[in-house]
Amino acid sequence: MHNDYSVFDITGPILIGPSSSHTAGACRLANAARAIFNREIAHADITLFGSFAQTLFGHGTDKAIIGGLMGIRPDDEQLIDAPALAKMKHMTYRFLASDTVQTSANVVRFEMTSSEDEAMSVRGVSTGGGNIIVNQIGTTGLQISLKYNTIVVDHLDKPGAVLGVSKILADDGINIASMNMYRHGKHDRAYMIIETDEDIPPKTLAEIRSLRKMSVIYIPKLY
Amino acid sequence: MYQYQYDSAADLLRIANENHISFADIAAAHEAEREETLASDVFERMRVSLGVMKENIAAGIVSQAPSLGGLIGQNAAPMHTYAQTGKALSGELQSKAIAYALAITEENARMKRVVACPTAGACGVVPGCLISLAELRGCDDNTIISGLLNASAIGILITAGATISGAEGGCQAEVGAASAMAASAMVQMEGGGPEQSVHAAAMALKNVLGLVCDPVAGLVEVPCSKRNAMGVANAAAAADMALAGIQSVIPLDEVITAMKHVGQALPFELKETARGGCAATKTGKAIRRKVRARNERIIEDVE
Repeated sequence: MHNDYSVFDITGPILIGPSSSHTAGACRLANAARAIFNREIAHADITLFGSFAQTLFGHGTDKAIIGGLMGIRPDDEQLIDAPALAKMKHMTYRFLASDTVQTSANVVRFEMTSSEDEAMSVRGVSTGGGNIIVNQIGTTGLQISLKYNTIVVDHLDKPGAVLGVSKILADDGINIASMNMYRHGKHDRAYMIIETDEDIPPKTLAEIRSLRKMSVIYIPKLY
Repeated sequence: MYQYQYDSAADLLRIANENHISFADIAAAHEAEREETLASDVFERMRVSLGVMKENIAAGIVSQAPSLGGLIGQNAAPMHTYAQTGKALSGELQSKAIAYALAITEENARMKRVVACPTAGACGVVPGCLISLAELRGCDDNTIISGLLNASAIGILITAGATISGAEGGCQAEVGAASAMAASAMVQMEGGGPEQSVHAAAMALKNVLGLVCDPVAGLVEVPCSKRNAMGVANAAAAADMALAGIQSVIPLDEVITAMKHVGQALPFELKETARGGCAATKTGKAIRRKVRARNERIIEDVE
């Protein structure tokens, strides 16, 4: 088996210090949460687990998360001024720490609200080197890296659901990189997580949404 | 499979000797293959990273601003001043390289933009060595970029064959890897051959097998910044030995495997958990209590 590392995985990435997992990864998780919510965030409750909570300010995890929720990226020096920028943009936030879940992993949960009182919660893990996994959206457990364009299809567990969606993608010339299914139970709510190489145009998303009882979240790959 | 695929030091040496090219050329050619781009584009992208490294040095050798955690931030400036006196025991090159490594790691701890190399915690070693050497010899940026590519090839071998994560392998995997990368690159910059680069990397990594990761209060400050200075000195020693014709008895590929096994054998307390080593000293624990108290002011309540 051959290694597939880039020289820029080694001399790089370029990021805001001091920690790829606690600063860059935290920022990227907040970028992901914002992309999944797909709205301007008016308020966020941010719950920290594991060592995120213990080293917090010393790794700039608080600033990285606040900046990330406003769309600032892990290599942008504005991160250090994120609390002041949040004040200007009237985004409020609250940091909470969980001691109910014992974990050595760097986990964070975002409970985001928009100014129209729409709400969504997203949870993820910073896995090291600035890489992340989003492992919960709302009450749904899943595993997405956002290294690809991702479609989350919320539907009812019935025969033919996958065929309907994959046919639309195939007809529109979109290649599926990976596909995973999760369900609450037989004939209950279910989720398809589809990662694609190509961007998904709005027309394709509309076609999937028009399938019976399917709601769709589209998350373009992060960067 | 790519034409320039390398999965071991043996592969690197074979490709270099068959084609009469440097490790930098191989690294650029392989990157170009996997990204479907040109070697010259890879070179230019690395130039951007070099620019960031130089900015960090320029700012870091004068700044006295405290780090986020407040434990470092005042070390690079006096080291740089001292290096300029010409009286440093470690000589002109090494004392300057140490000042640069401190400068970059202090900038990192101030939440500035840096280039992980191979990690953020070890980001001072390779640029500290390569940029100070280039200044000493009057080399241009292209020579440093070739050095960074050579270092990256060695870093890829270590990442693929062991780990560059302190949480998995301790500091030997971070500063140790950086030191091996820098040693190999400095040999190339000095005109040494591929075999000498590999011996330098092997000797540098051997010298730090077992080095623990024990960050005080879990922060990338103490002892991390000064360990980067050690990485510089160790790289210079290994590069000098290789250039003198000294060989590593244990081949690099086997040293990398040994590093992996040592990393696995290191206890949990000594792998970035801040529960052993410097972090578990009386002073280390007192600092941790202060950090915790400051965090409690950010965190509103506990579920």
